[in-house]
Amino acid sequence: MIKVNNINSFYGKAHILNDLSFDIASGEVVAMLGRNGAGKTTTMKSIMQLVRPKTGTVSFKELEVSRMAPHQVAKLGLGYVPEERRIFTDLTILENLEVGRQPPRKDAPEWSVDILFELFPNLHERRNNRGKTLSGGEQQMLTIARTLMGNPLCLLLDEPSEGIAPVIVEQMAKTILELKKQGLTVLLSEQNLHFARMVADRAIIIEGGEKRFDDTFARLEAQPEIMEAYLSV
Amino acid sequence: MSDVLEVKNLSKSFGGIQAVKDVSFSVKKGELLAMIGPNGAGKSTCFNMLMGQLKPTKGEVYFEGQNLIGRPTREIWRMGIGRTFQITGTYTSMTVVENVQMALISHHRRTMSILPYAHKMYKPKAMELLELVGMQDQAERHCAILAYGDLKRLELAIALCHDPSLLLMDEPTAGMAPTERIKLMQLTADIVKNKNISVLFTEHDMDVVFAHSHRIMVLNRGELMANGSADEIRNDPRVQEVYLGGGSLFEEAEIQA
Amino acid sequence: MGLIFAQLLTGLANAATLFLVASGLSLIFGVTRIVNFAHGSFYMLGAFIGYSLMQVLPGMFGFWSSVLLAGLAVGVIGVIVEMLVLRPVYKAPELFQLVATFGVILVIQDLALLTWGPDDVLGPRAPGLKGIVRIMGEPVPKYDLALIAITPFVLFILWYLISKTRIGILVRAATQDREMVGALGVNQAWLFTGVFFLGATLAGLGGAIQLPKGGADLLMDFNILAAIFVVVVIGGMGSLPGAYVAAVLISVLNVFGVTYIPQSTLVLMFVVMAIVLLIKPYGLFGREEVAGEHGQVGEPERPIKPAGTRGRVIVGGLLVILAMVPFFGSNFAQVLITDIIIFALFAASLHFILGLGGLVSFGHAAFFGSGAYVAALLVSHAESPMEIAFLLAPLGAGGAAIIIGWLCMRLTGVYFAMLTLAFAQLIWSLVYQWGEFTGGDDGLVDIWPAAWLNGTTPYYYFTLLFGIGGILLLRHVAHTPFGYALRASRDSVRQAEATGINTKRIQWAAFAFAGAVAGLSGALFVFSKGSVFPTELELAKSFDALIVIFLGGVKTLAGGVVGGASLEFAKDFITRFEYWRLLLGLLIIFVVILAPEGIVGASRKLGERFGFVDDGEGRR
Repeated sequence: MIKVNNINSFYGKAHILNDLSFDIASGEVVAMLGRNGAGKTTTMKSIMQLVRPKTGTVSFKELEVSRMAPHQVAKLGLGYVPEERRIFTDLTILENLEVGRQPPRKDAPEWSVDILFELFPNLHERRNNRGKTLSGGEQQMLTIARTLMGNPLCLLLDEPSEGIAPVIVEQMAKTILELKKQGLTVLLSEQNLHFARMVADRAIIIEGGEKRFDDTFARLEAQPEIMEAYLSV
Repeated sequence: MSDVLEVKNLSKSFGGIQAVKDVSFSVKKGELLAMIGPNGAGKSTCFNMLMGQLKPTKGEVYFEGQNLIGRPTREIWRMGIGRTFQITGTYTSMTVVENVQMALISHHRRTMSILPYAHKMYKPKAMELLELVGMQDQAERHCAILAYGDLKRLELAIALCHDPSLLLMDEPTAGMAPTERIKLMQLTADIVKNKNISVLFTEHDMDVVFAHSHRIMVLNRGELMANGSADEIRNDPRVQEVYLGGGSLFEEAEIQA
Repeated sequence: MGLIFAQLLTGLANAATLFLVASGLSLIFGVTRIVNFAHGSFYMLGAFIGYSLMQVLPGMFGFWSSVLLAGLAVGVIGVIVEMLVLRPVYKAPELFQLVATFGVILVIQDLALLTWGPDDVLGPRAPGLKGIVRIMGEPVPKYDLALIAITPFVLFILWYLISKTRIGILVRAATQDREMVGALGVNQAWLFTGVFFLGATLAGLGGAIQLPKGGADLLMDFNILAAIFVVVVIGGMGSLPGAYVAAVLISVLNVFGVTYIPQSTLVLMFVVMAIVLLIKPYGLFGREEVAGEHGQVGEPERPIKPAGTRGRVIVGGLLVILAMVPFFGSNFAQVLITDIIIFALFAASLHFILGLGGLVSFGHAAFFGSGAYVAALLVSHAESPMEIAFLLAPLGAGGAAIIIGWLCMRLTGVYFAMLTLAFAQLIWSLVYQWGEFTGGDDGLVDIWPAAWLNGTTPYYYFTLLFGIGGILLLRHVAHTPFGYALRASRDSVRQAEATGINTKRIQWAAFAFAGAVAGLSGALFVFSKGSVFPTELELAKSFDALIVIFLGGVKTLAGGVVGGASLEFAKDFITRFEYWRLLLGLLIIFVVILAPEGIVGASRKLGERFGFVDDGEGRR
């Protein structure tokens, strides 16, 4: 589904991603782990072309997206859920969802406002409220719902559990498993190993912009030295 | 132990919604006090009222016997309260050491001075503070290119520059990796112990909270719901319900693994 | 009673144009965050194009089709401008784009001159609406009634478009976070272009629809600019109903002003604006502007250090060369260098608050002009000696800056910029309309330096001393605690306030200091020319300084001086051509597109690449 091939990304002068490569198969949930500043967010942004890799290629569904604009990548079926809950605070919940709306796609589950309100009942109650009146957890739900309105094939979730209360984190995990059941491919970045292990099939560890591990959680746990070196568990 | 900070019936409402309701607590000398609670529980509102960025609807706050309410942020700082932010706020156009020097210049009330070169002022003291947080090797680096964890340490150095007797830290470890979190909190704990400073902090990472606080307060819907030791809080059923969760998430994960 | 009602109607009719143009400006700013200085030019083009169309399309149908077509044509011109000029610079540092739009103003001015000639044209009267009707005995033109009816209709359509349609939702979302809208699959490039089309069309419609009342001329671009800025600010940025209410308020007050206090018509608008903003800082319908956390572009400034030995040697060498000019250079060279130094000092003073303080002032010429006028008034009215006048000029300008600064400091960002513009226009209109004291349009003449400075060469050295001295003083202050505190207040207000820095007071003091230095340059100016006219206080003068700073490089310490010197030099050369505005405009647009970091920033990057300069990380 996603093929990242030897990308090098920069932020100003800082070299963030260093010859990074990995693949994600259709229907898979993959967790990208690593400490802050390891390059997880930049990887997400590089896939979306919000940051343009200087060298290397990114392809999605066998199609090279490396020279496309972010909106073209999104139109292909990649749904990006940023960290920091970037909702449109001046717009109502319904309007936020409208911004994300895209025509349905044959090969992906189709979402509508009503279906999403079933998945996120909190949002339904407050559908005509402005985004800024929502709590942090609700904002996180809205960011995901908004991206689902684009009927994506694949979700990129950047730190979905960061900064929200443990009870909401549990809900979040259930939501992601539900999305997996619907057939979505998910790449999420996480610092919370428990959370990642709960939802993902596979772990990719990134450190200093390079890939250090790429295998199942069972194999990861069999190698405590890796866990200790990069995840400090 | 005497009280450094005493908060009485602190309340704040925004257009009819009560964000903080009659919160009262005190911080003792040398104590690390954690404030936890779900998002929107009123933690940030509390912090902003303590630092003078928000005016409370009601309530009193005494710092070393003096009332804080109604004073601007910068005056509260001068009284001896240091602060670090959830999202770091450093001077990106300056070098690391200049960031600390700037705070020292302000502490010595020299900000309106137009004679000396600022980058030569209070340098030894600034280097001393950087050494305290382990940043002396990066003193001359441009602040804009620092790693996130280093920015947090720099902020700590800035917050310590006027020898505060109380530190307010808003989610000090947000956005950091687990090892870095532990390191930063260990560093903070060592410093406050050596200097006999009290700390009030908010935090989402329960490992950090349980490992480093002497006492924990739980805020829910603007009200103080519990106040006690780590064990008391961990085993409080109400706290588990609104905040900590049943732990089912982790059990399930264990089964899968 | 009847007269008052009739005047109310005239005001409402006049509000139509103002509302159309201002709402376009507000829309464009909301989505693209570009303060489109060229908006007045779009309005002017609408008038001229409408006029030409009305010559060929007859009758009532022809008239209204001409109005519509003129609007659409200007919309297309707006799209061309957006795609050719602005698209390449969206990623440039904030506000840099406004320099590009200023280039567009110059280009359009000369193109309009080429196409329609220098003479004013009288607009045709609207067929079918030529007469008057009597309302309570007073004559009211039928066309006015038509305008009064049309405006709320346009307001409703716009309001519906923005708040009820998908496009409107996307526009509002993009106003908040453009990158996110793109990541959700919306092509923001076309969204921007679309908004520019709409905004330009509204400006064009505004220009065409006022033809029967006002005609078209080559000055109307600048003439409306201040008024629409005032309307947008009073109404509240991004608020359409606000723009309407403010347009009506300003127009009605203006009509009454002309009748009852004709001496102060120009001042009135700005007084109203100042009062509104003092009570409601974000305008009548505006909401607090949160500086876009995701809208910030460009990398932070590098740390600064006082010049090293090499830098001092270079500057010293340059000074020696300048001091030698009278020995080998012509009289003309001395005059030119005097002009350049005066302008460079003026630009450097603006750079001090803009570059170091992040305070964007659109009205810095007010202090340059204040300095010049204080000196000139002292000499012509009080017959004070030149030395005294010269000393008091910076103090007068600094005093004006203290008052204006106090009023403006309550606001931030674009609101601050607009308020400085309004106060600058207030001072300009005072000088312009208070003829018996200031000489009005005729200016003040015969303001020559003292005998010992009379002559080109003595005054050249005098300028060198005070001009270069002023520039070095600004640079020195930048490195002192005050300069650092100013930068700290720009980098992080939160941290600065939390560590005891009174950011507002620091910024206010910096504003006053910069005003005093601008006043110094104004005083140098008036004695070098022997006269001063209201043009020295005009918007265009403020914009000149803004442009050179952006061209020189906002984020570099030398940006103001280098930019000021370069532009003044280039101008001297270019103004010898007939269509110099076209040339200068194109030049500005080219620099903007090719060197978005400014001249100094771009040369430093080049230097770093080839290893001449340290890149700040110890690498070469």
